[in-house]
This record gives sequence, structure tokens and C-alpha cells, in this order.
Amino acid sequence: MDQHQEHHVAPSSMYYAIFAILICCTGLTYFVWTIDLGFLNIVVALSIAIFKATLVIRYFMHVKWSPILSKMAVATSLVFLGILLVLLSMDYASRGWQPKSTGWEKHQVTQ
Amino acid sequence: MSAYVETPDAASKVNYLTNGWTWQSWLLTGDHKRIAMLYLISITVFFALGGAFAAAIRLELMTPRGDLMEAETYNKVFTMHGVIMIFFFLIPSVPATLGNFLIPLMVGAKDLAFPKINLLSWYLYIIGGILGLYVAVSGGVDTGWTFYTPYSSTYSNSAVIATAMGAFVAGFSSILTGLNFIVTIHKMRAPGLTWGRLPLFVWAHYATSLIQLLGTPVVAITLVLMMLERGFRIGFFDPALGGDPVLFQHLFWFYSHPAVYIMILPGMGVISEIVTCYSKKSVFGYEFIAGSSLAIAILGFFVWGHHMFVAGQSTYAGMVFSLITFAVAVPSAVKVFNWAATMYKGSISWDTPMLYAMGFMGLFTIGGVTGVMLATMALDLHMHDTYFVVAHFHYVMVGGMVMAFMGGLHFWWSKMTGRSYPEMAGRVSAFLVFIGFNLTFFPQFIVGYLGMPRRYHAYPDEFQVYHVMSTAGAGVLGIGYLLPAIYFTYSLFAGKRVTDPNPVNAKGLEWTVPTPPPTENFIVPPVVTEEVYAYAEQEEKSLV
Amino acid sequence: MSDHSAVLDAHQDEHVAHQFANAKQQYESSNLGMWLFLMTEVMFFGGMFGAYVIYRTWYPEAFKIASTATNVPLGAMNTVVLIVSSLTMALAVQSAQLGKKKMLVWMIILTMFFGAWFLGVKAIEYSEKWHHHHVPGANFIWEGDGGREVQILYCLYFAMTGMHAVHMVVGLGIMTWLLLTAIKGHYTPKYYNPVEICGLYWHFVDIVWIFLFPMLYLI
Repeated sequence: MDQHQEHHVAPSSMYYAIFAILICCTGLTYFVWTIDLGFLNIVVALSIAIFKATLVIRYFMHVKWSPILSKMAVATSLVFLGILLVLLSMDYASRGWQPKSTGWEKHQVTQ
Repeated sequence: MSAYVETPDAASKVNYLTNGWTWQSWLLTGDHKRIAMLYLISITVFFALGGAFAAAIRLELMTPRGDLMEAETYNKVFTMHGVIMIFFFLIPSVPATLGNFLIPLMVGAKDLAFPKINLLSWYLYIIGGILGLYVAVSGGVDTGWTFYTPYSSTYSNSAVIATAMGAFVAGFSSILTGLNFIVTIHKMRAPGLTWGRLPLFVWAHYATSLIQLLGTPVVAITLVLMMLERGFRIGFFDPALGGDPVLFQHLFWFYSHPAVYIMILPGMGVISEIVTCYSKKSVFGYEFIAGSSLAIAILGFFVWGHHMFVAGQSTYAGMVFSLITFAVAVPSAVKVFNWAATMYKGSISWDTPMLYAMGFMGLFTIGGVTGVMLATMALDLHMHDTYFVVAHFHYVMVGGMVMAFMGGLHFWWSKMTGRSYPEMAGRVSAFLVFIGFNLTFFPQFIVGYLGMPRRYHAYPDEFQVYHVMSTAGAGVLGIGYLLPAIYFTYSLFAGKRVTDPNPVNAKGLEWTVPTPPPTENFIVPPVVTEEVYAYAEQEEKSLV
Repeated sequence: MSDHSAVLDAHQDEHVAHQFANAKQQYESSNLGMWLFLMTEVMFFGGMFGAYVIYRTWYPEAFKIASTATNVPLGAMNTVVLIVSSLTMALAVQSAQLGKKKMLVWMIILTMFFGAWFLGVKAIEYSEKWHHHHVPGANFIWEGDGGREVQILYCLYFAMTGMHAVHMVVGLGIMTWLLLTAIKGHYTPKYYNPVEICGLYWHFVDIVWIFLFPMLYLI
């Protein structure tokens, strides 16, 4: 019954350490923004954001010590967000493509 | 099966219906069974209203000229029919009534996990419904239930925002119901009730709830963006403002295609229960029926583009969507074949619920097969936005879901109310619905294939014969629905009392509690020791 | 657990609602319920993220120009403020787990303080945009190239940050309730799940901002 025994209580030092990393990451994002890396700017900024989000989910939201269902909820939302974004981009990426000719125009010409 | 011990004084007198007579005891109740009854009453009202709009449509289409109403009125009438039937009837129909009533009973719980949230979801539904009614009386909306931009966001002069707001609020009601179901199914099953022993009704609702949780928020935000564009000219979808109207269709169908599975999966769950009970056989291929529910729910998120083959979507994306759409036919067919195999060599009794289930299987199959036709890109170019599409989705929604809803209502009616309905009238209504439905919608396949587009109030003379057949069928269908409305109301107040906990000799925890169930469902928490649908063992016992 | 009788269980846990068999079931159910709710929240923001991805690829130049007009220092400060509030929220949960009531109350107050700070900065940013005619709609004026495309980014900016701010306001409301119940001493090491699930919500809102900041201000 006692939630002490069932639920992990993380030490304060861990929270402060995660907090320090998050602040450093924010500083890093800001720093990278000031230099022009071209396309890499986007990659770096989003990678850092993903890393930060992972830390918050794992440690602040206790997913690291949570039952499998919480982990599955996180995974499910990511998968379905992925489905939305990928299938959406699929349309936009291929919209300009022209259908390839199978040669019927040529056939018409020879007749 | 379970350890329900009947104590004659405590259990048989007070049940959930007699436990309190005040308005507050109903309107502030946390009891899932009372909330289910509240839902049942409210969706019946909306069904009648949507049906009235359908009747207006059919009357208008009896003649080729638009002599009953103008084009604009007609636009509003079919939009209101769609909005009410989809958002306020089909989506909550089986889950919010039968699901709400039965899921805690089937998993052996005292209530859903969050009774207050369950009540909140009913109030949200009512608020959404009132917004819908407000629109109906204040001049209507003419965008079609799909709210396609830029018509909805820029050009329409009707109450778009109020309607979208109604759909938005009703969407949250649907999300909360789904959330409650998933938590209840995961966390509140009785000891011994493993996943492999869950009734297929519960599996179907689990899959439905997943769609409600993952799809509904996307349409909610899409409607918000549409309302922002309409209200404040904040452009997201208007090409004049740099947006893409097709993006609205993408985001809209990301929910609304899976939503059609919200409107059919619970019905499939009902059919699984009815078919096994009236065949007195264990279900054929339990794992496959359960798995196919999940497969339909998940595949449903990959196929939305098939609504947009002619909307300016890339042909290549269309090909991918088309192929995945074909794949949905597989789990759907698995279900139909498994029900048929369940009936094979069963001792079948043709009671009203079974008649409805038979109707479901036939009509759903026609609806499903024509769905595969429509998923074929080349064929869809010809049939897109014709009556063929109208007939297709009515075969699935009305021929499928409404048949299942009626079947389920007859099946569990005695459990829910403690009263019986006249069996003969039930059978007559099942036949009337089946005949009326086919007469209404089969001609629409033909007239659609011949080229009659949907959403027109006038049409060329040569299509009239089909439309007259269709209108006549709608009359029969209307009588078919009116009949149960009359005898159920009669039965509710004056029907023969049922006290047998299991009058239909079915399996499942809901049949082990008294009829009607007490407020706390189970006096003694049940323990499940038996496999699911153990009808074979029942037979053996009765032989001995 | 198993050797305790049901009566003793009910006696021990006055917080267990009638539909649950025991505190463990209630704890797990409410936790799962919140996670499922956050799942729908992900998809709710997901619709806007989808729109962002499409328009970002359609109009890369306009987005680059438009993000120069956002106030990056204020955005960065808000990021830090929200991370601090996440830390205090996490510490609030820990205090509740350990039964430190005073610490719990203070941590909730701090979390609310930083949340309010965030909203205050947001209000300054909005009024600045209003002042510069960068609010989309009839009032929108863009001096420079590609006004129409630039406006799309501002539409997304206001929709996404606005929706995020609405979540912050709701969060502050929840926190007020949490604060009042915490002062009354509702939470003990045996019963702290409201604190925990409110914390989950708060962290989620923080995560959304972690993504919004680079997407809308930097790239």
C-alpha cells in the first residue's frame, strides 16, 4: 500500500543535475543560432530540443521508473504524430512529380 | 462463472433504476448505467432529428425539379443531416450507450475508472448538441459536414462557427469517453479476466477508444484553425493568404477517416456478442477477431488520402493511400468470415437481435466491397462525389452501425431496463429495416454509377425512377425505426418484467448480475475462472 | 497487501474512490488517465506541427525573414523560466512523496510564480507584435519581401504560442487548486497522485515550449 516502497523517489541532486543540463542546452541553442551553419542550424536546434524533451520525459516525468504503460503512451503518441507528419509530407513532397509516360504518345504518332 | 451470491432482500429490490427518483439523482449521477440511459435518450432525440432531415431530402428528390426547396435550403438540409447523424448520433451511438452500460459490467468493475469525467462527457455532448440545435433553428449551415475550406472559412454565409464549435465540444466528449474506457479496460478487470478472456465487445471498444484519443484532437485543432481563419482572417488554408486548402482536407481526414471506424468497430463488437450467443457456440478465431479490431484501428490512420484522390493531392501519394486502403479490407473480411464460421453447425435461434446481426453482415459486406471499388483510384475518378459514394457509406453506417446498434439494444434491453419487448414486433421491425434500407440505398448505387452527383436538389429526368424507389424505401425504413421506438417506450413503462439475470442464456459477466443491475454492479467482486464464450461447456453440462 | 482484509484497506485509504478496489489501482488508473490525456494533447499540437512542417518547406525564405523579427532574447528567457518552473514542479512532487508539506506548498507557489512570469513575458511579446502590425489579419503590415508568406508564419506563431498560453492558463488554474489542497494538508506520502499527475501536465506544457522556441524564433 505504501507508495514509498512502490514508487521511486529520486534524490534532489538528480533534479538539479538535469536542470543544469537543460539550462546548458538552452544556452547552446542560443549560441548556435548566432553562427550561420546554413541547413545545419535547423538540425542542431531540433536535435537539442529533442534531447531536452527526452530528459524532461525520462527524469522530470519519471518515465524512467514508470510502468510499461506510461512508456507505451509516450511511444504511441510519437508513432502517431510520425504517421501524421510522414504521410502529410509524402503528398507535398511528390505533388510536383509528373506521371511517367509509358510511351503511348509515340504510338499515336507512328499511326 | 462468477461468485455472485443472491441475497433476496438487498439485491433484487433496489437496482440502479430505482435507486433514487429525483432529477439530481439522474443529472448528477456518477453511475455509468444511468449515464448510458441519459445518452440513450439524447441520441434518440438526435437520431429522430437527423431522420427528419433525411426525410426532407428524400421528399425533395422525389421529383427531378427542385419544387420543395431551393438549392440553398437543400444544402442546409443535407448538411444538418450529416452533422447531426455523424457528430451527435453515430459517434456516440454504441460506445456511449451500450459501451458505457456494459464495459464495467463485462470487465467486472463497479464503475468506469472516472465516473465524474464520464458525466462531464455527457454534458459536453449536450452542450455540443445544443449548439447544433441552435444552428438548426437559426438558419442552418451549408458547408456539408466536412467544412471544406475556403468555402467554410471565407464564402459561406451560414452559421459555420457555431456548428464547428458544436463538433469541437462533442469531440471532447468523445475523447473523454475513450479515455475512460481504456483506463477501465487496462486497470479494472476482475481477477482472472485476462486479455484473452475479454469479450470481443470490449476489444472492439478498446480499438475504438484508441482512435478517439489519437484522432479527435487533430480535427479539434483543425476546426479551431478554420474558425480562426473565418473569424479573424488569420490565414491557414486560404490560398489568397498563402495557405493551402488541401492541408485542411488532410488534417480533417486524418481524424475523419479513422472516425468512420469509430462508427463501425463498436457495431462489430456487438455483432460478435450476438452471433456467438444465438449460435450457442464459442466464437471462431477469437484472437483474429480481437486482433482485426486493432488492425482496423491502426490501419485506419494510414488511409485518409483516399478521400482526396481528386482534390489536388499528388497522384503518387494517392497510390500509396489506395494500396493501404485495400489492406483494410483484410481485417474487415476476417471478421465477417469468422462470424460466418461461428454460425457453422451452431444451434441458431432467429430472435430479433440475430436478425439484425444477419442484416449487419450482409449489408456491411456490400458496403465494404464497394469501399474497395472506391479505393481504386481510376474507378474513383468516375465515382467520386456521386450517389455511389453516398450509397457506399450508408451501407456501412446505417446498414452496419445502426443495424448493430438496434441489434445490441434488443439484445441487452432486458438487462438494461428489466423489461421485455414484444418479440414478434421486433422481428417485423428487423425485416422492415432490412427491406426498407435496401430499397432506399441500392438504387443509389445504380444512379450514382450512371453519373448522378451527390448534393444536388435537381437532376435529369431519367434518374427519377431510382429516386422514387429510394424515397419509397425511406418510407419503409422510417416505419422500421418508428416501430421499435414505440414498443421500446411502451416496454420501458409497461413491458413484462424480467428478473432472470440471464434470460438469453448468454456468457459474460454482465449476465451474472441481477436484472436490472444494482448500482454497485457486483455485490461480491467477481472472479473469472472460465474461458471466454464457453458455450460448448454449457451444452455439455445441459446434456449431462 | 494480500493478507490485509478488505475492511482494513478501506479504512486505511480514505482517498480511495468507491469504484476502485484499492489505492494501488486508483493510483495506476489516474496516472494512466493523465498519460492518455497527454497523448491526445500531443496530437492536438500535432495538427499545428503538421501545418508548420508543410509551410516551413513551402516558404523557407519567408520563414527565415520572419523569424528575424521575433524577439529571441525574450523567447530564450521564457525557455529558461519554464525550465525553472519544471524543476520546481518536479521538486514539488518529490516533496509530496517525502511528506514535506511546507516544501510542497513553497514549490507550488514558485511554479505558479514562474508560470505567471512566462505569461507576462508572452504578453509583452504580443503587444510588441501588435505595435509593429505583425498580428495577422486586416491590420498586418510587412515592410519587405514576401509579406503574404511571412504572414503565414505569424499565423502559426500566434496559433501555436496562443494555444500554448491557453494551456499555461489552464495549468495555473490547476496549480491554484493544487496549492489550496496542499495547504489543507491533503497530500501524504501515501496519497500524492494529484500532485504527480498535475506535474505531468505541467512538464508536458514545458516540452511543447522546448519545441516551439527553436521552431518559431530560431529557424
